[in-house]
Amino acid sequence: MQTLIDLHNTPHCSTLVCQGEWTHATVAAVLRGSWWKKTQKRVEVDFAGIVRMDTSGAMAWLHVKETLEALGVEVQSKGMSPSVEHLVALCQTHKYAPKEAAVAKKTLEDFFVLLGERAEALWKAFLSFASFAGGALESFAKTLTRPHKIRFRATLYHLEQSGLNALPIIAITAFLIGVVIAYQGAVQLEKFGANIFIVEMVGIAAARELAPMIVAIVIAGRSASAFTAQIGVMKITDEVDAMKTMGFGPWEFLVLPRVLALVVALPLLVLFGDAVAIFGGMIVARAELGISFVEFVDRFEETVALKHVVIGLIKAPIFGLIIALIGCYRGFQISSSTESVGKYTTISVVNAIFWVIAFNALFSVLLTELDI
Amino acid sequence: MIEVRNIVTAFGDHVVHDGVSFTVKEGEIYGLLGGSGSGKTVLMREIILLNRPKSGEIRVGGKEILTLSESQKQALRLQWGVLFQFGALFSSLNVLENVMIPLQEYTDLPEDFIEEMARMKLRMVGLPEHAVYLAPSELSGGMKKRVGLARALALDPRILFLDEPTSGLDPASARAFDGLIMELRALLGITVVMVTHDKDTIEKVLDRFIILGQGKVQAEGSYKELLVRHPALMQRFME
Repeated sequence: MQTLIDLHNTPHCSTLVCQGEWTHATVAAVLRGSWWKKTQKRVEVDFAGIVRMDTSGAMAWLHVKETLEALGVEVQSKGMSPSVEHLVALCQTHKYAPKEAAVAKKTLEDFFVLLGERAEALWKAFLSFASFAGGALESFAKTLTRPHKIRFRATLYHLEQSGLNALPIIAITAFLIGVVIAYQGAVQLEKFGANIFIVEMVGIAAARELAPMIVAIVIAGRSASAFTAQIGVMKITDEVDAMKTMGFGPWEFLVLPRVLALVVALPLLVLFGDAVAIFGGMIVARAELGISFVEFVDRFEETVALKHVVIGLIKAPIFGLIIALIGCYRGFQISSSTESVGKYTTISVVNAIFWVIAFNALFSVLLTELDI
Repeated sequence: MIEVRNIVTAFGDHVVHDGVSFTVKEGEIYGLLGGSGSGKTVLMREIILLNRPKSGEIRVGGKEILTLSESQKQALRLQWGVLFQFGALFSSLNVLENVMIPLQEYTDLPEDFIEEMARMKLRMVGLPEHAVYLAPSELSGGMKKRVGLARALALDPRILFLDEPTSGLDPASARAFDGLIMELRALLGITVVMVTHDKDTIEKVLDRFIILGQGKVQAEGSYKELLVRHPALMQRFME
């Protein structure tokens, strides 16, 4: 390929010959080269050999010109065709002249400023969530006095979507959890000949801790993400604003049905999860330890106090509340860009799972300390 | 520059185009007009390889585009720029990055030069300086269109396709946009094909245009010619 720019030096004056196609596909060679910088104090530039020039070519020429002028060289051009001249003039007019940006040096002070800003942002995020939860509570209190305001159809719809349709996945996960505890427990208990204690082990662990946790985590993954994405898309398409202008409160129409649905659905799902997990344990107990179903159930009635099941069921609606509130709250934070839907959906699931686990830990410590 | 011959398009039983033909000459600003649902946008999408007609021929720069291999199509795509109706900016990138990305993908120019090019194009389409680091979601409709135009111009296309470039703009912005397109044609020699409804654009900007209706080309020519040849159609259309 022919070089786009050629330098001919004479003692007093240099000539730069620009030729060929100056397009975005070719001018990288000019921009990366430096041979053309070794000129005398006066340069004549000949454009007669230009075949085609696009805006990249024109910008590259301006770059050459500015570089030479910065070196104190006097640049004169000749032989530009009118169209090339126009193009160069157009690029010259619109060329961005960067302002001198002061480069800030990072200091220890900046670190504390950043720390403070982060802390403040965290505090504000907490306040805004608290205010959201308060809003939900207030609208709930309002609808209590006017029960006809509750959106029963929407609530039932979410009960079906988030509760009923989650049964298969909950059945499988809870069953596997029951099997796993029983299986691992069986090996240890057999060593002591304490086979029958498998009943307490599976029963208490599943009913009190594991079934509620597993159900809450599955629902957080399924429903928190769904709530966030649904509400977020409604915000992007201005549906939420349309509702407001028509006097339909987003609280009653969007938030309450979802929150109520999960608060009702979770205890039911946990009860179902308890049953399936214990059934999984029963199967393992029979296969590995030779404890028949009848023996298992008898022992269960005798030794596993009802309080363990009740504690699991009391935690469930609280988990449901946490998941639904976080899902909706993150949904309302979505604004106007499709990218933020993905971002906030992820945040919502991570938050929901984290808070479910955190609350579970809190309950666990609190209740054990209280000897319940 | 673009030759369309006997295009037939149908969605199920619904026939959109029933033998549409027209020719766009180099350096022309050409309009595709017609009522809602007359298939203007579909026609344009067929020329830019997004939809496929049932039968017919489309030649761009002398090449039959419906039988090209994927690599030939790719080469062709680099020769045109497309402005979608709502800008279709990449929402994960800011304004500057949206304009830089074609140059980053298809050239080996140095990064700072690409940024300079992108800034130049953005100034050329009249985007204010402070907007270059904004996300597309923070822009108004008119600004999105300007950025979309700057992105379409990034690789100095030979043909520019515009889908309703002035819809949703206030009258002053719409006229400024028209002026910009005329200026670009004059300075860069670009061929422009646009779908439009805007009466002022039709009258002042388009060199020639077709009016689509009932699956056929109802009329083709310049504004003045058509006023004489199809006064009734033009009156109905421009009212």
